[in-house]
Amino acid sequence: MNELVFFINNVVIAGSVTGSIYAIGAVGVTLIFSIMRFAHFAHGDMMTFGAFMVLLLTTAFPGAGAAIGVPTALVLLPLAMALTALLAVGIDRAFYKPLRAHGVKPIVLVIGSLGVTLMLQGLIRLFAGTGGQSLYIDDRKEIFRLALPFEGARAPVVVTEPQLYLFVITLVAVVGLHLFLSRSRLGKAMRAMSDNPDLAQASGINTNTIVAVTWVIAGALAAIAGTLLSLDVTFKPDLSFFLLLPIFAAAIVGGVGHPYGAVAGGFVVGFAETLAVFNWSVLLRPFRDSLPEWLTQAGNLAFVGTEYKIVVPFFILVVILVWRPTGIFKGKVI
Amino acid sequence: MDTKRADTVAAPGRFPLRELLLFAAVLVAVLGVYAVMGPAYSTRMLVEASCYAILALGLTIQWGYAGQFNAGVMGFVALGGFCAMFFSIPVNEAFWGSELPGELGRVLLYMVTAVLVVFAATRLDRLGVPKRLRTVIAVMLAVVLYLVVINALRGVTDQIESRAGFIGGLGLPVGVGWIIGGALAGGVGYFIGRVCLGLRSDYLAIATLGIAEIIKAFLKNSDWLTRGTATVSPLPWPVPGPSEVGFTLARALYLSVTAVMIAAIFFLLSRAYHAPWGRMIRAIRDNEISAAAMGKDINKRRLEIFVLGCILMGIGGAALASFNSMFDPQGYLPLNHTFLVLVMVILGGPGNNLGTIFGAVAVYIIWIMSEPLALFLMELAVTFGEGAFGWDAPTNLDSRALQARVFVIGLLITLVLRYAPKGLLPEKVRHHG
Repeated sequence: MNELVFFINNVVIAGSVTGSIYAIGAVGVTLIFSIMRFAHFAHGDMMTFGAFMVLLLTTAFPGAGAAIGVPTALVLLPLAMALTALLAVGIDRAFYKPLRAHGVKPIVLVIGSLGVTLMLQGLIRLFAGTGGQSLYIDDRKEIFRLALPFEGARAPVVVTEPQLYLFVITLVAVVGLHLFLSRSRLGKAMRAMSDNPDLAQASGINTNTIVAVTWVIAGALAAIAGTLLSLDVTFKPDLSFFLLLPIFAAAIVGGVGHPYGAVAGGFVVGFAETLAVFNWSVLLRPFRDSLPEWLTQAGNLAFVGTEYKIVVPFFILVVILVWRPTGIFKGKVI
Repeated sequence: MDTKRADTVAAPGRFPLRELLLFAAVLVAVLGVYAVMGPAYSTRMLVEASCYAILALGLTIQWGYAGQFNAGVMGFVALGGFCAMFFSIPVNEAFWGSELPGELGRVLLYMVTAVLVVFAATRLDRLGVPKRLRTVIAVMLAVVLYLVVINALRGVTDQIESRAGFIGGLGLPVGVGWIIGGALAGGVGYFIGRVCLGLRSDYLAIATLGIAEIIKAFLKNSDWLTRGTATVSPLPWPVPGPSEVGFTLARALYLSVTAVMIAAIFFLLSRAYHAPWGRMIRAIRDNEISAAAMGKDINKRRLEIFVLGCILMGIGGAALASFNSMFDPQGYLPLNHTFLVLVMVILGGPGNNLGTIFGAVAVYIIWIMSEPLALFLMELAVTFGEGAFGWDAPTNLDSRALQARVFVIGLLITLVLRYAPKGLLPEKVRHHG
């Protein structure tokens, strides 16, 4: 039974955590793509920026959380979301809008977003240094150990406090986004513009407003994803290049332009990563008497070492591009 | 009304004032660096700039000639550097004297057999096996064989690391490593191109960004092959080294080698650009649909040019690694080896080889000089701050000051795209009548 607990800790929980973070990031990427038709490479740095804002605010008001009983970082998250949304709209006005007005090819916008990536990275590192920092400044990270009601299960299932918040917030964000897209007037206009921008404009939808709303949503979601990731581990200024590939892989797996597909893709990529680095020989241990010797002798049955984790999203990306470029939910072919 | 466009082919050649001015400015800058920093330092800067020029030429044919955006130059540079290291450093007797090469060969043989078996399994439908069943069989076989091979490989590589350190080199002439480095980079480029070039260009950017990080992770963590973070040095030079003829002369000799390479590449690329092949490539870049309607095989041509660019990047990376005389997988950074090259190309003029070389040299000089400048400015700000407001400066100031360069490179990219999308020396597009 201990092996099963080990599996739950290392695959089910860890996979849901990374999956949720990738899902929230991928939703932003896919929304930006469906409205503005380019792959936004600065998304990873927007996530870092959101987390950095939380770090700054937490340093400024360390006692804010204790009053309500939740971690300070989460209390200040809405403020950081607003700031990141503001940054996203500002970046669009300053850098992407002029390029769009020139009628450049989408790939030039991609290069522009890489330029923005570097600028954000430089700024964040200039102010935050290059080392990792914890977002828990005054609070303690609580760890819940749930013992399983089985005989022989000695090791408990371990869930930390930020992970619980992560699941709740992901659920709220996804349901909220669903309601927004399917019920509200703006959300419907967004979907219309994603389907056919010319027709949307002709039927009286203000495309500038839609673009701004898209950036606000993407920026806010990026701030959530970045903060939750930093809460789970630590805040590191140079996360973005390692986040970009899984997020894009998730968006493409789910079908580009499909917010729900992106959520599913995020969990696919997250679970694939944790399953690939999981050492399967642990699960074989209870059956060691009935298995042939060469199988039990193999010490490490992980598909890839943790240092090669980044291979997994790339592999998924290649497979999906070869096998079904539209993604599993039939998105657009970009 | 005369609707005919001006025929620039027949028009008399314009005096190349802009080119002359820009290159004169670069020459003045180089002479200035020589006067301030001394000949040994400045020659080193020029050699590195010339290696970057080869990389930039590789990117300019991908982005300028064909409109493909490669966001993973770093990976191809690292592959070239690895080949330069692997083929040129001396043979490691501790490895070749033991039975380990045989073991490693056996694992490689397993690997080839496994690939062949899986490939054969994907062809089972020719024997009447239902397609769905064939896919299941092939995937299962691939997973099981992969685990078997990777476990065998882990065993051998652990042995190599504990008994011989790493497998060492082959002790061949430096040029062999450079050529094979180019070939290997081209091979990886072929794989990426096959997957992505049929789709929209965003996919290529994502995939190249990913493969670059993977190549770096592989080289960094394969201690048995590259010594990983312990780095390999010294790498031999193709010309007499500094210990034989002194720093300045040795570096000048190296510069002559890279200069000859650039001249040869430049000549060949110009020929290709003006040949029917180059015209076809530009036609595809400018209007894919009409080029396809004219019967051009778009995907094949795109693949050709992408692989060609990757080969150049591999060669440039090999020359760079040999010159640094050290192979350090951790030293490959997206900023230094991808975005710096990108700035060189878009600032100099994508699609214009002369402009690209100008961009490479000019941007590299600015890049090298910005390091002391950034530190100086930061110190100035701190002294001022301490005097005026009584700040206490953070301790890791110099590492932070260097981050300002990241910001500047990013700003440069966005500004150039906005205000000079064709670069300082734009590509001269000729209209034929």
